[in-house]
Amino acid sequence: MSAAAIRPSSLQPRDVLRVGLVGLKTRRLRAVLSVLGVALGIASMVAVMGISSSSRADLLAALDKLGTNLLVVQPGQSFTPGAGTSTLPNTANAMVNHADGVLSASTLENIDGLTVRRSDHIDKAITNALNVGAVRPTLGQTVGATLQDGAFLNRATAQYPAVVLGATAAARLGIDRVGEGVQVWIKDRWYTVVGILKPVTLAPELDSYALVGLDYAEQALGADDSPSSVYVRADTDRVNEVSSILGASANPEHPEEVEVSRPSDALEARAKAKTAFTSLFLGLGAVALFVGGVGIANVMVISVLERRSEIGLRRALGATRRHIAVQFLTESVMLGAMGGAAGATIGVLVTAGYDANRGWPVSMPAYAVGGGLACAVVIGALAGAYPALRGARVAPTTALRTA
Amino acid sequence: MSAAVVELSGVRRSYPGGVEALRGVDLTIAAGELAAIVGPSGSGKSTLLYIVGTLERPSDGTVAIAGHETSTLGDAQLAGLRARTIGFVFQQFFLLPGSTALENVANGLLYTGVPVEERKRRAREALGAVGLGHRLEHRATQLSGGESQRVAIARAIVGRPAIVLADEPTGNLDTKTGGEIVGVLRDLNASGTTVIVITHDRAVADALDRQIAIRDGLVESDERKDGRSPSVHGRPEEGVNHQTRGWMPRGGNP
Repeated sequence: MSAAAIRPSSLQPRDVLRVGLVGLKTRRLRAVLSVLGVALGIASMVAVMGISSSSRADLLAALDKLGTNLLVVQPGQSFTPGAGTSTLPNTANAMVNHADGVLSASTLENIDGLTVRRSDHIDKAITNALNVGAVRPTLGQTVGATLQDGAFLNRATAQYPAVVLGATAAARLGIDRVGEGVQVWIKDRWYTVVGILKPVTLAPELDSYALVGLDYAEQALGADDSPSSVYVRADTDRVNEVSSILGASANPEHPEEVEVSRPSDALEARAKAKTAFTSLFLGLGAVALFVGGVGIANVMVISVLERRSEIGLRRALGATRRHIAVQFLTESVMLGAMGGAAGATIGVLVTAGYDANRGWPVSMPAYAVGGGLACAVVIGALAGAYPALRGARVAPTTALRTA
Repeated sequence: MSAAVVELSGVRRSYPGGVEALRGVDLTIAAGELAAIVGPSGSGKSTLLYIVGTLERPSDGTVAIAGHETSTLGDAQLAGLRARTIGFVFQQFFLLPGSTALENVANGLLYTGVPVEERKRRAREALGAVGLGHRLEHRATQLSGGESQRVAIARAIVGRPAIVLADEPTGNLDTKTGGEIVGVLRDLNASGTTVIVITHDRAVADALDRQIAIRDGLVESDERKDGRSPSVHGRPEEGVNHQTRGWMPRGGNP
């Protein structure tokens, strides 16, 4: 008989998956238990990323509602020696309002040296760290302020000793509603509280102000319409363009001394910086994942020992050492992938539940789910590498004789 | 042209620790033979079977299986030889407990690269040939000992190997069932397959055409039932090309 060339044995890729499943199907409970650790690790990582992403999405949604087109113009440091902080000229309000791309603008003039008290019997030294500001009636709308009680200043109340309190100011003064006889003492007389603001997200500095109409403040409090801030609503599509021309509009003589900021940017940056605790939880998830990987490795080592006769049989049926290694590696990767899939599902559900509870929009970044799955597969492969090599090294005859 | 499918010459096998399982075995088995290798436990007959089955390499001497000198072959080629040319039947059956009879038999073709549908089709035929056509979907754990061994034989022959090696195939079975299994092996041989049975059961060995007795790692005796010398390859089956044996019913599809 002539010796024709031997065709080496081969295992179809489809069969690799089928063979990898055999062990898992035979020992279902063990497969489920060994997958638990990885599932928990992936679930916690996915949930942490999902929840922090949802929290950020919630803030951004809130910002969207408030508008990201609010700009704040403030006098910066003067470059003239000895001049200290510069001020904005009293033309600022009109100039900025007429600037191209500006929807509305309104000023705040901080009046130094005044205190807001519940009565004139209270010591002047107790300032409660509150400020008095002179504003136009348009300010409320421009900064998007909403009222806790009462109303913002209008053309009429701006002519009189009337005051609107920021949220912090109202709380420190112990005032929670407007009404007859609700008054505060500023400088030398009573001012009627006509409105209490809710916290102003985009202009939180207003929270500690007692706001008086500019017209009345000019008569009674020495205001001169030299703004300490100009709040500007720009056309949403032209915010950057408007931002660049505001300096020249607000202070034509010294445009370089004007600072323009966009409060929504600062808030977004702060939301993104809120990742310190996120990384802590990610670290805990990684520890769980590692422990889960060790669990899979354990189970695989035991599986290889228990299934020596199967290894021997497969070698007898024509499996090469490599086929045996591939089988156990596939099994381990499948365990990892199952853990990853279960973990990602749990993570998404936890995120959805938490978000629903907090009333946040659900935001699950694709990289969290994809990365979680990939992580689990890699863990499965690493955990299976050593057991697979051990399985491949078992001599077929030993494997058959030990049965 | 030689009709020998198994040719051992001067085969020795020693294990670490100084145990010599085989101490110089010369053995030729021709295509189409039905041979028993008998001997007490520890005689080296299992080692001989593993060497013939290429699961183990000799320490010394040469082994040629189906014309291939095994010392020249690597792991992948030896595995290919086992996948296509050699079928194994074990005393403990070694069926995968979680799989059905059909799946277990189909596994006999797993490492030949045959697609799964074709594997199952041929497994059905093979199970029919061993008289288990009605037990296809039973799990291995639901089968009796005799049925399990029939499934194992079907798995060994599903790839139509030239050689079937059976290691104590009746060792875990009662006498009657064991006799039936010997019958199945005889039928298999009648279709042209070379069958080598390892056994310490004299009755089983006597039912086969040739008895090779092993003791202390050496061939002690080698007899044919018909009294002819084992070195003469004048058997009527010699002309049969074992690659085209047709004892299994062929399906309608090519």
